[in-house]
Amino acid sequence: MISLTSPVRTRAHSWPAGAKLGALAVAGIALFVFDTLPAQLGAFAGMLGLYALPGRLFLRTGIERLWMLWPFVAIIGLFHLVTQTWLEGLLILLRLVTAVGLANLVTMTTPLDDMIAVIRWLATPLRRFGLNTRALELSIALVIRILPTLIDNGQRLTQSWRARSRRRPGWQIVMPFTLLALDDAEHMADALRARGGLVDKKGDFDGT
Amino acid sequence: MERNVVLIALFAALIAALGLLPKFTLASGIPITAQSMGIMLCGTVLGARRGALAVVLFLVLVAAGLPLLAGGRGGLGVFTTPWAGFLFGFPVAAFVGGLVMEKWKSGNTTIVAGVAAIVGGIGALYLVAVPYYMVMKPAGLSEALITAMAPFMPGDLIKAVITGAITGALYKARPSSVLSRA
Repeated sequence: MISLTSPVRTRAHSWPAGAKLGALAVAGIALFVFDTLPAQLGAFAGMLGLYALPGRLFLRTGIERLWMLWPFVAIIGLFHLVTQTWLEGLLILLRLVTAVGLANLVTMTTPLDDMIAVIRWLATPLRRFGLNTRALELSIALVIRILPTLIDNGQRLTQSWRARSRRRPGWQIVMPFTLLALDDAEHMADALRARGGLVDKKGDFDGT
Repeated sequence: MERNVVLIALFAALIAALGLLPKFTLASGIPITAQSMGIMLCGTVLGARRGALAVVLFLVLVAAGLPLLAGGRGGLGVFTTPWAGFLFGFPVAAFVGGLVMEKWKSGNTTIVAGVAAIVGGIGALYLVAVPYYMVMKPAGLSEALITAMAPFMPGDLIKAVITGAITGALYKARPSSVLSRA
């Protein structure tokens, strides 16, 4: 499974995920508290500096990910140009790009397993409220396992549509796509039950 | 139990997979992705609680760093934009949509699901997303409506209608799998 972790291993990869997430939360609040142009410019430059530290490949990957923001930047920029509030617009855009940049930085330097460990840790207190954390962990694994199968099904349906029609495949394939998935789910549930299933009957994660 | 967990995981994966399908281009030329249709389907097929749980599971995986949002986006960054209210509104949308399905059992499934998708996937979603945008950007109401709501509205209405049609067809094909009606 492709994840958004960085192609380059950095020193930050071995830092505890919880600490990085905590720092991110503090930085996010600070971005809202210090609402002046110098502060926002400084934060923006600092964010770019962090991307530049591990080298050129890391910087380029990071900027490619930030580039996905351009439609949002365009909408906000256009609005503030039209309403002639460009200084306010600039502040908002700087904060937006810095916040997303810092958050992406944490994602890029934290392996998926570490993140899932944090999720497990965060979910533990919910056991008191009846959450079956085993079901939660299993379902995370299931999604990662099911997804490639679904994508494969989708591609086959698209191909068979193309083989029969000159029109582009559209929403019509979503119905057979969902139906195939539902049938797969029934088989998978049977297989899970046959292998002992989720024994913890106190669980409430399934919503029953 | 196992069946419910598998269905929740399946629909979380389905939301992701629908985001990867090629964009549909409407007659008006506006490209839309099927991802928010996945959110609507979670509610109309799985019902309120299970639908919302499937969406939460999807968002947890996005936050953990999987590029599951339409366009290959993901990670923590997507939760920091003023548009993140849509993401936080997704589970609410599925829950409300599912609730409509569960409370209104007598009607034709296609029509009820279409209404559920509009009430949940549009009504409830924008009730979360628009105020969030106003606070986080910060913006006034009219600005929020223009930049956060108007661009998505036509696509969302079409997706709600299609969600109704798909849910109706699924109910005909696999009545026991449409948990919101079971």
